[in-house]
Amino acid sequence: MTLTLTLRAAPEAPVLAEALCPDLLAGLTKPEIERLELWHGNRRAALGELFAVSGDGAQDVRVVGDLGRVAGLGAGMAGGRLTLAGGAGPHAGAGMRGGELVVEGDAGDWAGAEMRGGRLVVRGSAGRRLGGAYAGSRAGMRGGEILVHGDAGGEAGAGLRRGLIAVAGRVGEAAGLSAPAGTIVALGALGPHPGAGMRRASIVAMAAAPLLPTYARACTYRPPFVRLCLRRLRALGLPVTDDQIAGRYTRWSGDGLELGRGEILTLEGPE
Amino acid sequence: MIRHHAAEVEDTFAEAFTMWGARIVITAETPVWAGHAARSLTGFATSVIGCKCEAGIERELEAAETPDGRPGVSALLFAPDRDGLAKRLVERVGQTVLTCPTTACFNGLAAEDEVDVGGQLRYFGDGWQASKVLAGRRYWRIPVMEGEFLVEERFGIVEGVGGGNLIVMADDAATALHLTEAAAEAMAPVEGAILPFPGGIARSGSKVGSRYPALMASTNHVLCPTLRAQVDDSEVPDGIDSVLEIVIDGLGADPVREAMRRGLDAAARSGACRITAGNYGGSLGEHHFHLRELVP
Repeated sequence: MTLTLTLRAAPEAPVLAEALCPDLLAGLTKPEIERLELWHGNRRAALGELFAVSGDGAQDVRVVGDLGRVAGLGAGMAGGRLTLAGGAGPHAGAGMRGGELVVEGDAGDWAGAEMRGGRLVVRGSAGRRLGGAYAGSRAGMRGGEILVHGDAGGEAGAGLRRGLIAVAGRVGEAAGLSAPAGTIVALGALGPHPGAGMRRASIVAMAAAPLLPTYARACTYRPPFVRLCLRRLRALGLPVTDDQIAGRYTRWSGDGLELGRGEILTLEGPE
Repeated sequence: MIRHHAAEVEDTFAEAFTMWGARIVITAETPVWAGHAARSLTGFATSVIGCKCEAGIERELEAAETPDGRPGVSALLFAPDRDGLAKRLVERVGQTVLTCPTTACFNGLAAEDEVDVGGQLRYFGDGWQASKVLAGRRYWRIPVMEGEFLVEERFGIVEGVGGGNLIVMADDAATALHLTEAAAEAMAPVEGAILPFPGGIARSGSKVGSRYPALMASTNHVLCPTLRAQVDDSEVPDGIDSVLEIVIDGLGADPVREAMRRGLDAAARSGACRITAGNYGGSLGEHHFHLRELVP
């Protein structure tokens, strides 16, 4: 069974909906769910005022409506499945630890920010700082998987420490900004300054990328891990081609201004 | 004695022991290189008596079956205890797979118990190694002169069975070899089982102990046809001039039993022979495979 929450009307002010996680809704009756309080602008509002509640079964929750002004959907979720049928505002899945969050439309900025585990799937495009670190944090995403079927905004994976971010479309500027580790796969174009300040992380790019001069060419080879990673992404539904899986990649090491153990792997043309 | 086709099957049992086992999946750019690595990995691993472990190739893998989509080979490796298995895995993967061009190495066994393999081999990277976590599994990327060696960090291990066996007796050496070849060929496809001796066949079955104190095992003189006239307790029947043994190790009792069943049947169908099995009276090994239960 699916618990469905349908937005009654487009909210007049931003809504902070961190309570809408499958694990937080588990065990609650319909009246208890309707009484949950959310921030609506600068006041507390009952969930039932904003959303119509139907069905049950908190392990599978579906939120329906124009959710562009609803922030924090699925933030901190630890299990279950949450589907956002109308896109998502900022901070969707931020800090999530487990379960699966599926955004059927676009996601706002900070989607999956500092997430620790689980899987975030964005069927549309994602905003800035996808899987990124909040200001003052030492690290961004620390585990799990983020899959974006559209484009991603700037500074995707900023501060990335662990985990996998994959974007089918274009990735904005400064992907992997100051990332200590982890992996970013850009199946589309990669914006300027990728890997700026990166320490150990990996960026895999399928097109020639405008690299910073602090990256140095190492060699061209077939990294075995890329095969493994791309096969997993294909199994998860991203459009990965055989040529990308079997391809040769040029390894660029950097950022020379930092530790220099990071890498940008760019796909070469056929031999 | 039980009659099965042209064979006489002795009403006895094979006595086998608990051994810890692992499945190693090796992939490479071509089946040839996966095969080179797998043969090296499983080489010199016929018996724990002298090799500290027993190993064999389980089967070749199609590209679609392997984690990285390249052709591969799965191999099984067994050792008497958990720690020993962990050491052998690190030694053998490190010396035979890491060294082999184009290969990668993966755990092939989902098990609760795991041992650290890639996490030990990573130190070969001298600080340049890097790890990646994918779907909850950690992999180590070790830079090598050819490019990069990828190895999974932890390998699943299970309590398996070592020392299942069939002993085939025939009236001459050529017949004994022919019958055991047929048996080994029939046993090879059994998933989860390997035959650790060369070609799956051993000619030198051993007994525990020796007149020389330094040796823990010595030739099984009671089954040596050349000694029939010299020893009081020869067990070589009249008309038998050659005896060969097939040893089976498996990830559980079922694959060992199934391999023995297929081998016994194949040998019996291939010609006249006498089939028996080795045991120690039943007091040493935890697993007993009675031949009468394997005859259809």
